[in-house]
Amino acid sequence: MPTPTTNENSAHDVHGGLPIPRRATNRPVPNAELLRGWYRELVLIREFEIRCMQAYQDKKIGGFCHVYIGQEAVAVGCVAALKPQDPLVTAYRDHGHALARGMTSRACMAEMFGRVDGCAKGKGGSMHMFDREHNLFGGHGIVGAQTPLGAGLAFATKYEDEVINNGKSSRVTLCFLGDGALNQGAFHEALNLAGLMNLPVIFVVENNGYSMGTSIHRGTTQSHDLSSKALGYGIDATVIDGMNLLEVYHGMKDVVEKCREKSRPAFVDMRCYRYKGHSMSDPRKYRTRDEEAIWEQGDPIGTFEKFILDQGAITHDQIKSVQKEVKAEVRDAVEFADNSPVPPLSDLYHDVYREPWGRYTGTSEPLMYGGAMNPPTFRATREGDGLI
Amino acid sequence: MSATQEIEFRDAIRDAMSEEMRRDKRVMLIGEEVAEYNGAYKVSRGMLDEFGPRRVIDTPISESGFAGMAIGAAMLGLRPVVEFMSWSFSLVAADPILNNAPKMLFMSGGQFGCPIVFRGNDGAGGQLGSTHSWCVEGLFSNVPGIKIVIPSTPADAKALMKTAIRDDDPVFFMESERLLGMKGDVPVGDDVLLKFGQACVRRTGTDCTLASWGRPVHFCMEAAEELAKEGISCEVIDLRTIRPLDIGSIERSVRKTSNLVIVDQSWSFGSPGSEVAAQIHQRCFDDLDNHVHRVHTEDVPAPYAFNLEQEYLPNTRKICEAVRSATYNA
Ligand SMILES: Cc1ncc(C[n+]2csc(CCOP(=O)(O)OP(=O)(O)O)c2C)c(N)n1
Ligand SMILES: [Mg+2]
Repeated sequence: MPTPTTNENSAHDVHGGLPIPRRATNRPVPNAELLRGWYRELVLIREFEIRCMQAYQDKKIGGFCHVYIGQEAVAVGCVAALKPQDPLVTAYRDHGHALARGMTSRACMAEMFGRVDGCAKGKGGSMHMFDREHNLFGGHGIVGAQTPLGAGLAFATKYEDEVINNGKSSRVTLCFLGDGALNQGAFHEALNLAGLMNLPVIFVVENNGYSMGTSIHRGTTQSHDLSSKALGYGIDATVIDGMNLLEVYHGMKDVVEKCREKSRPAFVDMRCYRYKGHSMSDPRKYRTRDEEAIWEQGDPIGTFEKFILDQGAITHDQIKSVQKEVKAEVRDAVEFADNSPVPPLSDLYHDVYREPWGRYTGTSEPLMYGGAMNPPTFRATREGDGLI
Repeated sequence: MSATQEIEFRDAIRDAMSEEMRRDKRVMLIGEEVAEYNGAYKVSRGMLDEFGPRRVIDTPISESGFAGMAIGAAMLGLRPVVEFMSWSFSLVAADPILNNAPKMLFMSGGQFGCPIVFRGNDGAGGQLGSTHSWCVEGLFSNVPGIKIVIPSTPADAKALMKTAIRDDDPVFFMESERLLGMKGDVPVGDDVLLKFGQACVRRTGTDCTLASWGRPVHFCMEAAEELAKEGISCEVIDLRTIRPLDIGSIERSVRKTSNLVIVDQSWSFGSPGSEVAAQIHQRCFDDLDNHVHRVHTEDVPAPYAFNLEQEYLPNTRKICEAVRSATYNA
């Protein structure tokens, strides 16, 4: 199967990128159990996203919903190359990252349904998946906004390790962004700061060739060679085939190791493709069905499935049972989300401040007399005036 | 309060930051020219020498980048103090400071807070022209999730800065460059804090309440002095924080004086001043002898010329006129 991300396939070469180096072929193959685990994650994310699309059609999910179908190998491979204590931050196409990081499909689905059992109690939504336990510092809805945050997470881990604990910087931060975010000022400021301050952060561009309907060459200079952007900030860059899980894993392992060791930022041009529209309302008029069909031949799940079968790491029966299991898990997640209560209206006034002056009721006296949203007290409780 | 010491406003802020940095290694200062240059307005002088470049950090001219970076660090558990050379320059960092910091806790369902202080010069300086004279409280007070502190004296500045650094929420701390050289008595000691949301009665009076915050509090004091000669007795209330807003203290005062003049250095349309006016009309409708009067900055971009700038800002003359009008002495 030719990899459609190189120049050879010019008609469908959405990235127009320089050839991608191959790494996995001369590496030892990870053990069978690990491979089966990754396979399950790939299948889980795919199934989860398919059910999201259905639930969206059924109007169970509101707002914007961006699915990850086609890019699964990126999240799974990148997370596999990390340690659990390494912070991760991403954009709004974040369900795959959340699941790969270990968020339960129940918590993820319930968040999308806007229910109390969601990872953010239904207050974040599809674009804003947060999970403290798994060091997931959010999906972020503003294009590019997470890039300075990623630099800051790396600043903080390094500061904790070196300044507070007098040790050696031990964690790396993974910061995902889309190719569209390359055009934001925040991205360039973050790269400059990370380069300047030697921050252990890896910017992974999930280069799926499009930002909404704008193909990368219409929006971004040097689109054939994004590495040049990082080099301009003195940051080493790597190109990885994001359609191939083993390539992602081995490529990222190297990048992560070096970043951890040297405490220097890194940049990854992760070539991939999103199979579905930008969000649920996108009819994909800006590209041909032929182009999509070609990319679907290089499906990351199909490719990996074939590989592990060839390796004898999994049997056809095991594949069937993984698929069955995953279907059941996601069906359960949807059911769980559907049965989870909507957040109480009083939740509206929670988590606005950590340290409110008494229970937070808004600075203005609300003019919602008698309404359900009327908070029980108007004014903050105060102690006497003056110095404390 | 026991011993006090007379120091400059800028040093009061510096002392607060330094004391908190000694207390807690998670606190660090970051911004343009804060370290080697000792701060554009010399607020952080001496801090690099004491704490070194890992904790007092110079950045490039990159507000969006370093504001966002500090927010990421705060999410992970540090307690950054971020200096904007001027709040006027925070506008290029609007997305991180308004879209990230105040919403992180809510959006994450309570998982990730943002204990951070943004501070810097706010309001017109001396003839800095339209782009450098912002009173950002007019814009930012609209946003829930942040706390806004605007001190008028060195003692308040120190105590409120310490509270800001220990607070677990994002705090916007606004300093008037015009006040930084002002001296005042500041309590000695590491643990003098001031609770947010507590106004202070700077002068008691019976005929009219003057409510203000930050630099114009001083204009109010001058006006009260002048009006006293005309037999009009003013009570001056310094709000000290805009969010939380101590509306109760204004309410109590207005019930006594039956008149309110608000003096607010930001533009009038959709301002903290208009919010206070709305709330007082609602709470004290039957107590008021006149509608609430407001003295704001004129509704035009900040001019450069000296005379125009004086006329543009709230000043003692305008405050006196407003009080006379409110008390039917015009
Ligand atoms: C600052 C900002 N501008 C515009 C948008 C609207 N928007 C949302 S996603 C998107 C495209 C981003 O594409 P890319 O970064 O390539 O990520 P992808 O969707 O391909 O994952 C746009 C324009 C936004 N969310 N934020
Ligand atoms: Mg894209």
